[in-house]
Amino acid sequence: MNEAYLLWATTGIGLIVSVAASRQKTVKALRIALKRLIGIAPQFLIMILLVSIILYFVSDEMIAHYLGKENKYTAVIFASLIGSITLIPGFIAFPLAGLLLSRGVLYMVLAAFTTTLMMVGVVTYPIEKAYLGTRTTILRNGLSLLIALAVAAVIGIAYGEIP
Amino acid sequence: MKHGKRSFIIIIIYGLFVAFSFILDFHPGREIGSNFGDFTLTMLRIVPAAFIVISLFEVWVKRETVEKHLGTGSGPLAYFWAVLLSSTTVGGIYVAFPLSYTLYKKGARLSVIFTYLSSAAITRIPMSIFEASLLGIKFTAIRFMVSLPLVILVSILLEKYLLRRGFTMSHPDKLPASTAK
Repeated sequence: MNEAYLLWATTGIGLIVSVAASRQKTVKALRIALKRLIGIAPQFLIMILLVSIILYFVSDEMIAHYLGKENKYTAVIFASLIGSITLIPGFIAFPLAGLLLSRGVLYMVLAAFTTTLMMVGVVTYPIEKAYLGTRTTILRNGLSLLIALAVAAVIGIAYGEIP
Repeated sequence: MKHGKRSFIIIIIYGLFVAFSFILDFHPGREIGSNFGDFTLTMLRIVPAAFIVISLFEVWVKRETVEKHLGTGSGPLAYFWAVLLSSTTVGGIYVAFPLSYTLYKKGARLSVIFTYLSSAAITRIPMSIFEASLLGIKFTAIRFMVSLPLVILVSILLEKYLLRRGFTMSHPDKLPASTAK
């Protein structure tokens, strides 16, 4: 959680500098922050709710099972599906990917998994929709899925997994 | 507010389910409840600070500055700034949306905003270092080299398409537009 400390330190310094420059503007900024936060809170709540349910159904064993499929292309498809529907924090996802790598899971499968995990967000859909609208959200995530598959393909070639 | 009502009902049902799971010791429900608690704490550690930083940005950074560097008059360097900005994103892409909304209000062009949003998912510095240490630098380098040009290309195409459709970005609060100045 070092990231969070760094963020709060930055926030603190920002606030101190801001107050020194203008009290009024700082108060205004804090009011904007609060209003925005309250405005988007229901969507965040829905996202947390979805994550809590999905994390129950998607276990490490299940991910290992589907990513280790015999057919490498099937494994890539499963990897990108699991990556798209889940939102696993990096500090859990990457060690898991490292473990799977040592168990013989292919680099391209891991690429499909980690890249969709980061780029395609089914659970962040409620939040993204609030800002961008339904059509743009679907379009952007669909295109991100294609980019993730392109990354997986190039990784597969680079590591000699695709002949 | 039909949609808001639906979200409300879902949240109530979920809350009742988790509460009864704890009372009746229903294991799956308890686990889902504790997942909810964990993830909420993670969010609380990050999201409020992110919103404060974004609002300070909104109050202090001039519209002209954003327009000049990230607006329609800006050059290819704008994409570089977008990627650089995205690499400092903390938490997840859910933090990038509020900032992208502020950039939008300040006059950044859509292709730059989409580049920022998508690369916030792929270039976050702590995450990338972590990834490289576990899967190898080659892995991370390829991921960057393939995804970033594609992200920029897709963002430019998306802007072209959306401008034809008269796209506007919104935020679910009733903040008066005057704060955009």
